[in-house]
Amino acid sequence: MMSKTTTALATFAALGVLAGAAHAEIRLGVSVSATGPAAFLGDPEAKTIEMLVEQLNEEGGINGEEIALTLYDDGGDPNKARTFATRLVEDDEVVAIIGGSTTGTTMSILSVAEDEGIPFISLAGAISIIDPVREFVFKTPHTDRMACEKIFTDMQAQGITKIGMISGTDGFGASMQAQCKEVAGEHGIEILADETYGPQDADMTPQLTRIRNTDGVQAVLNPGFGQGPAIVTRNVAQLGFEIPLYQSHGVASDAFIELAGADAAEGLRLPGTALLIADKLAEDDAQYDVVTTYTEAYKARYDQDVSTFGGYAHDAFALIVDAITRAGDSEDPQAIRDALEATDGLVGTTGTYSFSPEDHLGLDLSAFRMLEIKDGDWLAVD
Amino acid sequence: MDALLQFLFSGLTVGAVYALVALGFTIIYNASDVVNFAQGEFVMLGGMITVFAFEAGLPLPLAALLAILVTSAIGVALNKLAIEPARGAPVVSLIIITIGASIVIRGATQLVFDKQLHRFPSFSGDDPIHVLGATILPQSLWVIGGALAVFVGLWIFFTRTLTGKAVLATANNRVAAQLVGINTGWVMTLSFGLSAAIGAFAGVLVTPITLVGYDVGVALALKGFAAAMLGGMGNPKGALLGGLLLGCFEALTAGYLSSQYKEAVAFIVILGVLFVMPQGLFGSKSTERV
Repeated sequence: MMSKTTTALATFAALGVLAGAAHAEIRLGVSVSATGPAAFLGDPEAKTIEMLVEQLNEEGGINGEEIALTLYDDGGDPNKARTFATRLVEDDEVVAIIGGSTTGTTMSILSVAEDEGIPFISLAGAISIIDPVREFVFKTPHTDRMACEKIFTDMQAQGITKIGMISGTDGFGASMQAQCKEVAGEHGIEILADETYGPQDADMTPQLTRIRNTDGVQAVLNPGFGQGPAIVTRNVAQLGFEIPLYQSHGVASDAFIELAGADAAEGLRLPGTALLIADKLAEDDAQYDVVTTYTEAYKARYDQDVSTFGGYAHDAFALIVDAITRAGDSEDPQAIRDALEATDGLVGTTGTYSFSPEDHLGLDLSAFRMLEIKDGDWLAVD
Repeated sequence: MDALLQFLFSGLTVGAVYALVALGFTIIYNASDVVNFAQGEFVMLGGMITVFAFEAGLPLPLAALLAILVTSAIGVALNKLAIEPARGAPVVSLIIITIGASIVIRGATQLVFDKQLHRFPSFSGDDPIHVLGATILPQSLWVIGGALAVFVGLWIFFTRTLTGKAVLATANNRVAAQLVGINTGWVMTLSFGLSAAIGAFAGVLVTPITLVGYDVGVALALKGFAAAMLGGMGNPKGALLGGLLLGCFEALTAGYLSSQYKEAVAFIVILGVLFVMPQGLFGSKSTERV
């Protein structure tokens, strides 16, 4: 009995230090890949959540209760992610989990969350996370399929019907390549050439030459990630293509323009989020307030530019806070889940979320903005 | 026709990158029979240090020189701190040490620099040169020229200089080399310093084409190693031609067959060559004397 009390006191004290207060607390669990190969995803995600928890607690928390954050770094390893998810549920007794920077780690956390009945918001892209719908699993990033649809919609508007694709063989490129091929028909797009390249390849001119020599190709689409798309963009410029080039949301960052070179990237289009053009949003834009607040706070705190990935974490946190506020009961995961599913019109940095029992992603194509690179900068074209 | 030429230009560009990495393997291999799997990391360091020195305001040639000197020092340190203490260990153990070293260098680079991709401007601009309907970037010519220059330098070093012959002698028989007055410890230090410098030089030349990040070394080392095996380990001529051949196989497969199979075809060709000529195209037959 005595030892139990001591443990309880020690835990209480530890949590008190973490949250800076000794009132009732809302225990929130996070497991992201802050280091390792997916660090470019997890690092801004972890930073974003730490910043937002601090801000919220300074403002007095949710209904007077502060948030006690437990954040683990799974290093991109699905096995670790599973261990941490179990620890979050059993030892840290959290009421909700945010995390799973990659589809692999998400799948590990997802099974724990489903078994234990803890609401979980994933930060990974794959459509299989929310299709079929799982009771306790939600996600904030848009899917590859939506990116394909957004691109094809734009192509249709340009009168483009026949395209060539060149995709990376990495996980992202391969998944998007498959999704695009699936939805191309629905948009009246015919894929005449379908080439691939390895994620570390240094030159893609042979594949691009094949695409150029294919009769009738009106545009090139490059689903990919990392250095591949930058090299493809440079090679397209080198070969003097006269047809438009579309990139994916995988490279929607300012660093991409720098890597590809402003001259080579001139005129290319890709679907991106409002976050990327934060400084160009109109003041009456629905996302103006949330995007500006987040980018300014992040820049002030870390002296770094925001990324789309940090935005996913921002939105996941906003969704949880909103759900707990409406649930009115910060102790009951089931009530939080139900409130989460009833989310309607929550404006995030990625888009506007409205969940339903059939839809645990809650975004539509309007979440993507078609961007064009013009004079080394982004230009919203729709 | 212009397609074939374009494929060949691409093959030569990529092949010259492989060749530069493969050339870096030769000196250490010739001095100690060790295949240095940290060679890719030397290439990566050459690129990364140049990027950060250039962004800090140094002119590009100075940044490149700094990168080559620093990487060379890291190569010497690798020999002093990890290889020399294990002297007398079998070659396989030394190779495993170099794999460990490559992991350490990658980790340290993540911490010292960052995890992002980087690039610095091409030396002579990005305007493609048109030849008979095909195009090649000026930077590709720099890489091809660099590979040729390193090849000529190494060839002269190994065949015309006393030091180069001392390196070869050390590899042949360390005890005998010591008996004729060769300072074998110094030869090892020299070979690591030179290999690292060649690696860094390669990194400086290829970064405008391949881009650089802390983890690009692994793939480069693997392709460079394949090129060196194809041409014959330890022979500069083999490294150069092995690299160019590998690049051209890949480009022609991607161009005429399918980009899905380009690496598979390249490796099948290498396997085929090694079945018939286990020493590679230009490798000297080694005879074990008992």
